[in-house]
Amino acid sequence: MINPHAKLSSNLFSAEIEKKPTRDGFGLGTVEAGKKDQNVVVLCADLKESTRAEWFEKEFPDRFIEVGVAEQNMAALGAGFAAAGKVPYIASYAAFSPGRNYEQIRTTIALNERPVIVCGMHAGVSVGPDGATHQMLEDMGLMRMLPNMTVLNPGDAEEARKTVVWAATHTGPVYIRFGRSNVPTFTTPETPFVVGKALTLWSAQEGTQPKVALVATGSLSYEALLAARSLASEGIESIVLHMPSVKPLDEEALMDAAKKCGRVITIEEHQIAGGFGSAVAECLSECYPVPVMRLGLRDTFGQSGTPDELLEYYGLTAPKIAETARKFVKGA
Amino acid sequence: MALTDEDVLRIEGKAEAIRETILDMLVAAGSGHTAGPLGMSDIFASFYFHILKHDPTKPDWEERDILILSNGHIVPVRYSAMAHAGYFPVEECLTLRKFGSRLQGHPERLRLPGLETTSGPLGEGLSQAAAIAYAFRMDGKKNNVYVLMGDGEQDEGNVWEAVMWAGKEKLNSLTAVIDRNNIQIDGMTEDIMPLESLRAKYEAFGWHVLEVNGHDVRAFIGAVEEAKSIFEKPVCIIAHTIPGKGVPEIEFDYKWHGKPPTAEEAKRFMQQLRSGAGRVPNEYA
Repeated sequence: MINPHAKLSSNLFSAEIEKKPTRDGFGLGTVEAGKKDQNVVVLCADLKESTRAEWFEKEFPDRFIEVGVAEQNMAALGAGFAAAGKVPYIASYAAFSPGRNYEQIRTTIALNERPVIVCGMHAGVSVGPDGATHQMLEDMGLMRMLPNMTVLNPGDAEEARKTVVWAATHTGPVYIRFGRSNVPTFTTPETPFVVGKALTLWSAQEGTQPKVALVATGSLSYEALLAARSLASEGIESIVLHMPSVKPLDEEALMDAAKKCGRVITIEEHQIAGGFGSAVAECLSECYPVPVMRLGLRDTFGQSGTPDELLEYYGLTAPKIAETARKFVKGA
Repeated sequence: MALTDEDVLRIEGKAEAIRETILDMLVAAGSGHTAGPLGMSDIFASFYFHILKHDPTKPDWEERDILILSNGHIVPVRYSAMAHAGYFPVEECLTLRKFGSRLQGHPERLRLPGLETTSGPLGEGLSQAAAIAYAFRMDGKKNNVYVLMGDGEQDEGNVWEAVMWAGKEKLNSLTAVIDRNNIQIDGMTEDIMPLESLRAKYEAFGWHVLEVNGHDVRAFIGAVEEAKSIFEKPVCIIAHTIPGKGVPEIEFDYKWHGKPPTAEEAKRFMQQLRSGAGRVPNEYA
């Protein structure tokens, strides 16, 4: 059943649910942060329309900085702006930032502890027709490995806005992941967002024993929720944890879910190696070992197609998640 | 600031002291770079003992000029100059590259106050300096921003992204100094990856370029002063230096880019240093 404390959208299971790309949350969040703090600046590498950085530019033209197609420079510029007391967001596609400029982020931002907010757009296979070159599937892994870095993967545009506003108040470096395609806005302004905390979207009926924990990050948490609903209708109770905070990870919530369910499925639009599923498996293998199945891309690049086709092909839609869960539960 | 003959002598004396400490610290460390730090000693002495507005007792002073070292591998010269300027005791230089030391093999800002950035991986200092200059302009701050780069470092694509951007933004408070010593690890720059005409490249990207003898303290300080009078453009000072300067035995030899002297070699080098590269009879050395 839906967790009432999550204060989710009233249209949660209706076709009427609002659909927006999470990158919209970047546009809204930076404008909001810019109003609160005049030191906020936004740097963009020739992608201001698709990253939504132009929403900030429109509001604060003097604080919008166009760097051209130069992501390495953008990252190190970010470190410089932070050194001078600014609060810089650097925006490009995740394939290029942090894909191309990893070392600049490592040295000038993470090791140097400069509070730069690295915003990676168009992450995951749901970029769609652009194909494998632009479908970044390794960004959370790259960023998660860096000491000092906070890694956030919001579930929808509203939560994305909250992550962006929060990041301006944080004193360390942050990576935030965004997607290109329209996804359901399942949270509301009242939904709690706390860095380092998981949000329970779905829990087992009282007095029943959940058989599996669906632990998801990003917009796929909504697919996990749909899967849980469909499993419940078949009598398979589950828990859905939405984890926008990939680092720090809510270890307590994970252990609790593992204890309750005895098995965990992780769901992410990312390589299963090194990303969110790895983080969960690392945590549980040390703290509370239970069988874990990771859904994501299994050591393969993406390809062209529509977002729906691709998510289905790689087993990341609600029916595919439910199918995996059924097999997993039966096999035990 | 007017530069008197006494000032020049004083700065030159500091440069010699900086060089001697560099040799001491490299021997104690047993690893590190020799040629670059010795070649940049006159420039570092000029910065820390004349050009920079700074306060060794207040490394975070709001009004300080910013000096960024992009080619972090020559940091022994910065540590030595900072120690002689009073940032920390000169004896601490002997902890270079040792476990627990604030003087890391490549500079880390968070470990030692006064470093401004963490550097070593090449090509990133100019970007950071340019952003600081831009942010200061936004805030109406008048601090000068200097960045020192190597010439081999100019091979990095990131450098040219930053050169393009600083030119576009006409960052006139930004002065970049390139240590043009013509060597890099694998050999002479013009064999490994030709840079010439370096001047024309920077000019083409919207910079004002000055060229000086990097061992002539008066000329170098003059160039920095001249840079301040250039409006609407960032300035690049190509400082021609001799790698290993002060120790004739290793001058111009690229093999000394990335290795330290042994204790025995250092003794010999020290003698060459103290004899003013042979200008002073050895009995005074």
